[in-house]
Amino acid sequence: MFGELVAQYLVAGLTYGTIYAVVGMGFNIIYNATGIINFAQGEFVMLGGMTAVSLSTLLPLPIAIAGAVLATMAVGALIEMTFIRWLHRPSVLRMIIITIGISILVREAALLLWGQGVRALPYFTGNEVSSIALGGARVSPQVLWAVGACAAMVVAITAFFRFTMLGRQMRACSANRVAASLCGLPTRNLITLSFVLSAGMGALAGCVVSPITQTQYGMGTGLAIKGFTVAILGGLGNSLAALAAGLLLGVVESFSVSLLPTAYKDAVSIAVLLAVLFLRPSGIFGGRVAARP
Amino acid sequence: MRLARYRPVALFLAAAVALELLAVHGGKGFLLTQLTMSAYYTLVVLGLSLLMGYAGQISLGHAAFFAIGGYASAALTTWDLSAWGGTGLVKALVAAGALAARRDAYGGPVLAFHPWLACACAVALALLVAWLVGIPVLKLTGHYLAMATLGVGTIILSVAVGTEALGAADGISGVPPFPLLFGAAVGGSAAERVVNYYVAFGLLALGLLLLSNLVDSRVGRALRAIHGAEDAAGAMGVDTGRLKLRTFVLSAGMAAVAGVFLTHFNGGIGPSEASIMKSVKYVSIVAVGGMGSLWGTLATSLVLNFLSLRGYFGSFDDAVFGGILILIMLFSPDGVLSPRLWRAARAAVLRPRPAEAPAAGDAPAAGDAPEDVR
Repeated sequence: MFGELVAQYLVAGLTYGTIYAVVGMGFNIIYNATGIINFAQGEFVMLGGMTAVSLSTLLPLPIAIAGAVLATMAVGALIEMTFIRWLHRPSVLRMIIITIGISILVREAALLLWGQGVRALPYFTGNEVSSIALGGARVSPQVLWAVGACAAMVVAITAFFRFTMLGRQMRACSANRVAASLCGLPTRNLITLSFVLSAGMGALAGCVVSPITQTQYGMGTGLAIKGFTVAILGGLGNSLAALAAGLLLGVVESFSVSLLPTAYKDAVSIAVLLAVLFLRPSGIFGGRVAARP
Repeated sequence: MRLARYRPVALFLAAAVALELLAVHGGKGFLLTQLTMSAYYTLVVLGLSLLMGYAGQISLGHAAFFAIGGYASAALTTWDLSAWGGTGLVKALVAAGALAARRDAYGGPVLAFHPWLACACAVALALLVAWLVGIPVLKLTGHYLAMATLGVGTIILSVAVGTEALGAADGISGVPPFPLLFGAAVGGSAAERVVNYYVAFGLLALGLLLLSNLVDSRVGRALRAIHGAEDAAGAMGVDTGRLKLRTFVLSAGMAAVAGVFLTHFNGGIGPSEASIMKSVKYVSIVAVGGMGSLWGTLATSLVLNFLSLRGYFGSFDDAVFGGILILIMLFSPDGVLSPRLWRAARAAVLRPRPAEAPAAGDAPAAGDAPEDVR
């Protein structure tokens, strides 16, 4: 009985953990390209889920999801081109405040468009009650979808940065923007691309977890804090470590529910964030010293 | 000459009196309620302005300190101890005058902490929390500081929402009026509207006096040095860590005082006072007023809070603040009263140059050095 409970918490933790990991990686992609922490990162997840729910009433599910991801990518590009592209060496404080403003505007637009209601995509396979036995725990097939999709995304994005020309160009741009532009790289467009990628990842994650966690206009802020925690835990800029940190945070949070009231769940993960910030700002997996700029 | 420095505060008080007379004699006395509330929120914003504008440290969790003050005072003044009336401790507290007996809305007897004591405890608690949190948090800079303060705010919010004793999602209501001197009280009764207005604006004037003297002092200059270049300030012998911490604690204390008074004025407090959006609103008002401009912040805070409380922004309240935040930060990071913005505007009007946008970020002064906090 006890073992089953542990397994159940573990599965729930890993489910939430994968979405935290994806949001954390989204933070990292933009941070690497621009040095900006995009406080509107959680809103991409919300936009992806919401758009997919709306589109799924008209279109088959896979097409709706693809459409939602593309639409969110377009929003990401639009945000970068409208608010960030033309700023000349903005200070960190200014960028924090601008991205917070963007997140508020996106959230309010979503509230206007979709209202306060909680929405969800249908389960991709089976329904709410269908489950698969997995090592003592009952797992909804949707969990496998979510974990699978996030894992595929992580692999794809890692491969993209490592093996494709465009990915290498983006890494060059993040290593040294001036040098990259001296080599003839279109650095501004590469930065826009980082927002597009980050938005797309968030949107896809928002779609696959929508049946489990549901989607509401205000879900972004909480996710942004979690995603940032994960990005810090792994060491800012380190995407694979963010994945591990995401899973870890999800599990810690999930087990905290067995000890503390559910209302304190967010407080637990933030306490983890604060502890890491105070004790090891370069992240538990990071060896870089540059974490305190 | 020494009196000259009190002139702005005196002018401010005169303006407050004029506003009150105008409102009451214009038959719009009800507006005083929102003006009073704006004044309390402005006290929070002024404290934050000292922290952000002068010391250059962002706090995305300032609503938390407001909430700590408000919640602590509300909890202590509504916590009915009459069930323990027979115990020695409660008797001793009554004898010491720490408890006040009153009747609740249904006429039942309530024995709770005296508002003065509750206020002192609430502010002390906020100062303590700010001090404990500030020691590690203020070692961080940039994104890390922003996220850490946001995190602190979120923790306080989830404690407020998750704790049954604090009324969970409903908050605490039935908070008694706060008796001041000469029979006046901070409370919601319409008869005392004018008194409350003056209490709030008096408190605000006191805060202004404190801050305007502080920023013109040795400490104020040291704070500006930290803002300009923290390492350089440290090299010149400024104890940056201690000074930042003291500023943080002071601004948290101002937020807590505002929280206590507004809670007694409203007769209650809810978790929305601790929300992230509140903190962001405070930050946006400081940004609009101009970082490091007390008077600009004072004016914009009174106006924006008043408009927001009167409901002029309707359901778009958050969107309006978000939009303001973006516009100001994009086009005039020094606030709406920034000389640079006015110069640019005048240049644009006098000789229009379509090729050159009057964006502050492109000004030569911004050049190579980032213009504010790293």
